[in-house]
Amino acid sequence: MRIEISQLSKRYDTRAVISNLDLNIQSGEFVAVVGASGSGKSTLLRLLVGLEVPTGGSISVDGKYIRGLNANSRMMFQDARLLPWKTVIGNVALGLSRAEIDRGTEVLNRVGLLDRHRDWPSVLSGGQRQRVALARALARNPRLLLLDEPLASLDALTRIEMQALIEKLWIASKFTAVLVTHDCGEAVALADRVLLLENATIAMETKVPLPRPRDRTAREFAQLEGQVLRHILANRQLVPASKTTTTNRVSRADNGNAQEAGKPA
Amino acid sequence: MRIASSWIVPVAIIATWQILSSTGHLSARILPAPSAVVSAAVRLARSGELLVHLQASAERAGLGFAIGGSVGLVLGIASGTSKLFENLTDSSIQMIRNIPHLALLPLIILWLGIDESAKVALVALGVFFPIYINTFYGIRNADPDLIEMARVYGLNGFSLFYQVVFPGALPSIMVGVRYSLGIAWLTLIVAETIAATSGIGYLAMNAREFMQTDVVVLAILMYALLGKLSDTISRIVERKLLVWHPVYQTP
Repeated sequence: MRIEISQLSKRYDTRAVISNLDLNIQSGEFVAVVGASGSGKSTLLRLLVGLEVPTGGSISVDGKYIRGLNANSRMMFQDARLLPWKTVIGNVALGLSRAEIDRGTEVLNRVGLLDRHRDWPSVLSGGQRQRVALARALARNPRLLLLDEPLASLDALTRIEMQALIEKLWIASKFTAVLVTHDCGEAVALADRVLLLENATIAMETKVPLPRPRDRTAREFAQLEGQVLRHILANRQLVPASKTTTTNRVSRADNGNAQEAGKPA
Repeated sequence: MRIASSWIVPVAIIATWQILSSTGHLSARILPAPSAVVSAAVRLARSGELLVHLQASAERAGLGFAIGGSVGLVLGIASGTSKLFENLTDSSIQMIRNIPHLALLPLIILWLGIDESAKVALVALGVFFPIYINTFYGIRNADPDLIEMARVYGLNGFSLFYQVVFPGALPSIMVGVRYSLGIAWLTLIVAETIAATSGIGYLAMNAREFMQTDVVVLAILMYALLGKLSDTISRIVERKLLVWHPVYQTP
């Protein structure tokens, strides 16, 4: 699924969270978006999946303009957001028809949780819940998978396991992936391209030419990770005091938006 | 073990009560001995009188609960899901709610007489509010994150309601159900005591006229048993409906 974003803007009242953002994503590409909290990363994903409507600019998918939710995009959230009253398989098969239930068991097997299919989400660990959420996202064969810091609340080892799983499934299914993260190591480990979002637009872009699966202990890996991190830190430290408040305001706008969007429609 | 220990206190109370009565410390006019209550129960059960009154009370409670509960559920869902419906009805419902429903008893007797419909209507009215309020509250407090997730996964309209919103509201609805069961029995006791020709309340008032303290105590115990029975049934239903809830999961 090829994505073309042009002059995309999103503002809340007078605060621009995304402004004049241009970005092309190749079909099957894995893109990571890093940036400080409040830099508009999550808003970008919410615009891509259709939970938010842009105030300016356009997003087109395979040459067609999109607006609103569409069946080809799926999203993984920071928390697993499993329905507690559905079993593991019930959650994975959410929105699937009866004929497609087999597809649910198949993806559940691929994330390694087939033996837990009749359990309630409340008895699973945090990592297992995110694996169920991943299976749920993949059960519909999405052509675009949006990942909103899905591994942020996991412990370091589980996170590395999950990253390997996401990479494996991405290679097997060839979907386009956009990962929002604040972890530069995670971005370098998974993405073909790392974007830094700063002051509502893309401040830096780095290709990750390392072979997969990536060796986290390799020197090149550490160099790239350091490079991305330096950019983030440099941009932060160079921001004068007056601009820092702007960033904070943006961050508050981001939170306000999350709450507003949270209300049932 | 847990079941056994929960019976220690009631058994001890009854034993003390029996001892005090047998030794003459407690006059039978004030409180008859447990053995006298038991023999009254046996006597009334044999004559079939007890069953007739039990049935009359249970039918009123059941019918009133069914009517008030379903109206409360439907209106609660309507107000919870539609802002327009809430605007139209909620303030009126909140106003009526603040009138104690038992205060309407004289009016209801004037309207419906002292036959079955008056008592059923009063029970239904009492049951309505807790179920309405808890249903409304449960639906309004549906987790917005889950709703957002479900929309991304293609659910909307009715499928969103019955797969996400309603199950999320169920724990709150069940709180309303259990609370309203208590109100149903309370309402029935008052209604049957004041105006009835059958039922446990009538049995108690009738026995009072003939100074049959043992039957009066028996009637009170019957209410306790019926209340406990309906609470147990609602607990079983709750356990079945909320089997997914962490509270009901054994580790």
